[in-house]
Amino acid sequence: MNSPDMIRVPILTRVEGEGGVTVHLRDGTIEKVELNIFEPPRLFEALLRGRPLEDTPDITARICGICPVAYQMSSVHALEAALGIQITPSIRQLRRLLYCGEWIESHALHMHLLHAPDFFGAASGIELAQRFPDEIKRGLNLKKFGNRLLEVVGGRAIHPINVKVGGFHRWPDKTQMAELIPHFEWGMLAAMDATRWVSGFSFPEYEQQYEFVSVSHPDEYPMNEGEIVSSNGLRIPASEYNQYFVETHVSHSTALHAVRRHENSSYLLGPLARVNLNRDRLSPMSRRLDDDLGCPDLSCNPFKSIVARGLELVHAYQEALAILQQYNPSGPACVDYRPRQGSGCAATEAPRGMLFHEYHVDADGKIVSGQIIPPTSQNQEQIEHDLTDYLTRRIATGATREEMAVDCERLVRTYDPCISCSTHFLKLRWEEAT
Amino acid sequence: MPRKPRLAVFKFASCDGCQLSLLDAEDDLLAICDRVEIANFAEASSDLQPGPYDVALVEGSITTKEDAERIRRVRVDSKYLITIGACATAGGIQALRNWGHVDEWVSAVYPSPEFISTLATSSPIADHVHVDFALHGCPINHHQLVDILVALTEGRQPRIPSHSVCLDCKHRGTVCHVVARGIPCLGPVTQSGCGAICPAYDRGCYGCYGPSQPANTNSLLNQFRVLGRSPDELVPLLRNFNATAPDFQRASEQLTILRDSKQGTPS
Repeated sequence: MNSPDMIRVPILTRVEGEGGVTVHLRDGTIEKVELNIFEPPRLFEALLRGRPLEDTPDITARICGICPVAYQMSSVHALEAALGIQITPSIRQLRRLLYCGEWIESHALHMHLLHAPDFFGAASGIELAQRFPDEIKRGLNLKKFGNRLLEVVGGRAIHPINVKVGGFHRWPDKTQMAELIPHFEWGMLAAMDATRWVSGFSFPEYEQQYEFVSVSHPDEYPMNEGEIVSSNGLRIPASEYNQYFVETHVSHSTALHAVRRHENSSYLLGPLARVNLNRDRLSPMSRRLDDDLGCPDLSCNPFKSIVARGLELVHAYQEALAILQQYNPSGPACVDYRPRQGSGCAATEAPRGMLFHEYHVDADGKIVSGQIIPPTSQNQEQIEHDLTDYLTRRIATGATREEMAVDCERLVRTYDPCISCSTHFLKLRWEEAT
Repeated sequence: MPRKPRLAVFKFASCDGCQLSLLDAEDDLLAICDRVEIANFAEASSDLQPGPYDVALVEGSITTKEDAERIRRVRVDSKYLITIGACATAGGIQALRNWGHVDEWVSAVYPSPEFISTLATSSPIADHVHVDFALHGCPINHHQLVDILVALTEGRQPRIPSHSVCLDCKHRGTVCHVVARGIPCLGPVTQSGCGAICPAYDRGCYGCYGPSQPANTNSLLNQFRVLGRSPDELVPLLRNFNATAPDFQRASEQLTILRDSKQGTPS
């Protein structure tokens, strides 16, 4: 049984959604660490059943207010696979542009307001703004233009309304798109400055061997389309996801954990995984910056994910700029289709990692069933593994419990967990077995 | 100078999008922080101060016993309690469970349903505690949220319009999709706030700001049925993010009664 001395420290902050960590100690060593997710279940897969398939992108967007576009993208691609819809190049490009907007607002938010304060012992980005006013204002502006892009393409920044199965409800207005160009020219350069700034932070020394997993495409940085690949040599179509990955359910979490099916091992998704698996497909300015910064150990230090996020911020700004400059849509904004019975799945890259959706639809165009596997439930096993490992090393250096509690939060933040997605309410607590 | 109002932000069952709206007020964010003291906002700051608070922004609906108790503590700690968004004001998309069997739904999602404890319903905050002001929308409009916070510091009423989306379309000069194309649009019965974006993007309003006051929903539905729209199409339109807002709930339930009586099945 647990000993009476249990230390409670504040809930995990500066993450999206709420959760907690329980650290089990035995004889002064770390026995087990659990990431507790008590987010109340909202039962999306169940509530979709029997609804018109057209409702799916609007409804699944509500799984997450930080990355609604990711849910919209994975859902429309999966449904299009089920219905045999081939989208046009113009629609495909506009979807990438919309996704760039979400990567920009999410990455700029995480880098400046959620993660950067940790490197200076600040409680918030707002407090950090007193010390670095220009950097934080630049970060807020970087975030703002991502949101403006979402508004122009998607109608609004949170829960955009322009996405539909088969394409878009309407092509965005050319004048409004053109007006964004100067802001994106500024943004690409400002994102490079922001990335240089974060790359100069003082990072804790910590390395981990990861199996990185991401979507990968031969010609472009992964977002909407590609195979699922891993640093251990896995290369599969998204349709085989369930053959290689499996969700398990543990009692300390309302989120499901995903692990590699045969190896029963954890894997890492997100910016670190994407950069390491697709480095040569970053945009030219992002690649140049990567070379300048020379971060050879970027691959194995989770604290440096902020730099990977910066490289992707530059990429997203540069790619968005190119699409905006060429924007000249032709043909209908949406491909017509007829409902038919079928199944389809898709994996796309949410800002915090790969998001898998699968749907079965009936001949009347209704959803029969769906499976949604968010990035944070896939990273959860890895987060627990890293916490155990990191705290074990910290205990050996004589770190106090208070210091380690802070470490715990800082490490969890590096994965940019989206706990609302997975399902709330994380209290960090220590339990010592006698 | 008087003391700055102490602000707290609390999350219940929700997507985080409405509290994110505060961080999305990029141009105003640092100015707001000069006028209010952010005393407890877990998503933005590690400095979590205990109550009492002058104002609590509450996001999300009540779906667990623990949350039903927690909202009472929030109420005790807060001078003004403001609900933000469709989950907190109307129960949210997760309130669709109110028409289903929650145990079966949990089994459909989780391999080990015994680990999950949740209520059979998702209910708005006002079902549990007194709410001083409700800001509608899925998501809320961050300009309206900023106005509420400024109003608070100036000691005035918030200026939140209560007319329908339909009027905003007229202001924007958007062609009416009901009249021109015969497609269902909830604009005439939905509260303003989004900027009438859906009709501007060539689609009907799906009511994410909830019913306007007053909302003659039955009259609108009758018109949709004249246009040949079936209850099978209209019920899901009413049952999304504000499905259990009383006006929308009543209207959708009347439609299902009509449909089922035609099919000769008990409702």
